[in-house]
Amino acid sequence: MPAASLSPPLPLWVRVPAAAGIALVLLPLLAMTLQVDWARFPALIGSEASRAALALSLRTAAASTVLCVLLGVPMAAVLARSPRRGTGLLRGLVLIPLVLPPVVSGLALLSVVGRQGLLGAGLEVLGVRIAFTTAAVVLAQTFVALPFLVLSLEGALRAADTGYEQAAATLGAGPTRVLLGVTLPLVAPSLLAGVVLSFARALGEFGATITVAGSLQGTTRTLPLEIYLQREADPDAAIALSFLLILVAAAVIALVRRRGVR
Amino acid sequence: MSTAPRRPRRLRHLGVLLTLPLVLLGSGCTAGSATGGGSDAGTGEEETTLTVFAAASLQEPFTELAERYEDEHPGTTVRLSFAGSSDLATQIAQGAPADVLATADTVTMDRVVEAGDTAAEPTIFATNTLTIAVPPGNPARVASLADLTEPALDLVLCAPQVPCGRAAADLATAEALDLSPVSEEQSVTDVLGKVESGEAEAGLVYETDVIRADGAVEEVEDPATGAVVNEYPIAPVADAAEPDDAAAFLELVTSPEGQEILAAQGFGAP
Repeated sequence: MPAASLSPPLPLWVRVPAAAGIALVLLPLLAMTLQVDWARFPALIGSEASRAALALSLRTAAASTVLCVLLGVPMAAVLARSPRRGTGLLRGLVLIPLVLPPVVSGLALLSVVGRQGLLGAGLEVLGVRIAFTTAAVVLAQTFVALPFLVLSLEGALRAADTGYEQAAATLGAGPTRVLLGVTLPLVAPSLLAGVVLSFARALGEFGATITVAGSLQGTTRTLPLEIYLQREADPDAAIALSFLLILVAAAVIALVRRRGVR
Repeated sequence: MSTAPRRPRRLRHLGVLLTLPLVLLGSGCTAGSATGGGSDAGTGEEETTLTVFAAASLQEPFTELAERYEDEHPGTTVRLSFAGSSDLATQIAQGAPADVLATADTVTMDRVVEAGDTAAEPTIFATNTLTIAVPPGNPARVASLADLTEPALDLVLCAPQVPCGRAAADLATAEALDLSPVSEEQSVTDVLGKVESGEAEAGLVYETDVIRADGAVEEVEDPATGAVVNEYPIAPVADAAEPDDAAAFLELVTSPEGQEILAAQGFGAP
């Protein structure tokens, strides 16, 4: 893409705040790796509680990401193809979980699926309980992660050239075939970025999870909850697990960049 | 043809990815921020500020004790910081400016003593026992500790890693109870919150928490809960800025006057 080489040079001073910003992000991460007790690292990571938390985190974050795609792609498509007027409010509202403190998200979810919640009471009668189950973890993660997918995809869909879609339609492709065969492949990089962001957000989810789902090893105690708990008992274990979470995050970024940049 | 200015797709993509660490870090920053931070340097010469770090469960009596102390020592301001005992211990280990530390259990205080962060031996100034809290109306009809072993009961406890969870585990051992909670919470206030909201059908909290809840939960009394008594130690912090005030505050807490304030909030005598 030629844009980068043609752009005018940046003023030199911009590098100072840019470097400060990079330091702000990287320094805490580097400082924490210095605190990792490497001698005990395998034991800390390999403990039963740690493994249960990691497995639960990966499982629930993956399930939440799938839900985000199943719900978020249609949401983004509908929002992108609706006239801006009229849907502006809706567009703003669905992004609210992005700016809510997670604890607030948790309380809001409880008011729906909690025992005394809007739907919870009815579900209870049917013998379905969501609070304190792994389903609650997935629900909380999906709630907070969904806007990330919608946000990154909607912008791309709006900016995408509709010429190909029109051509496909002219050639006789039905709307479903156009959406799946032309529109989505066109915005694949943004979709991938949205998937990664929502997975990462789900993986890091803490406040809403502890509020709706509680904290029980193997059922609802995800890696961030385990880190928070271990901080009380064994700070070294908390640091080791935090480092593990950073590794997972870095691995996800690396995976996507390789596929995305080509 | 669309001529709208378009950023190169690759850069846009990168921008999204660069926000990722912030997303990850931003999602875990709820706790431990509600504490008194920097010191009030530069106040008048005669003004002194005594900083007291106290366990979250001590909020009511210590607020009252601090007011009493300020009344009796004009010119001294008592600054209170309430948090989980382990949080407070960590903050002091990291050099937080505290003059007095009061924790909700001896295990945490012992860690602080071992680290050399106390100026004198801790004194036990209060006790607390666990009790059964249920939502108003007691929907699951819990009548005794033994009822908590019912597998269908939504029981919430503290995690064994925190003081109230250690006490619950000790009680379960002492009374040979096989407890299977649906959630092990981070603090006793979290347990109380889950019971208050009705999400949990029963929880083990401290006597004082039931008093604090002021009707939002009901207590189910069982004399067997007295088998485990939780002790609250208090100690002056090493390198305190105001060691004299720290000593005087400790004296107030352990005096009959201080004990009366603690008893009014449901704390037992040492």
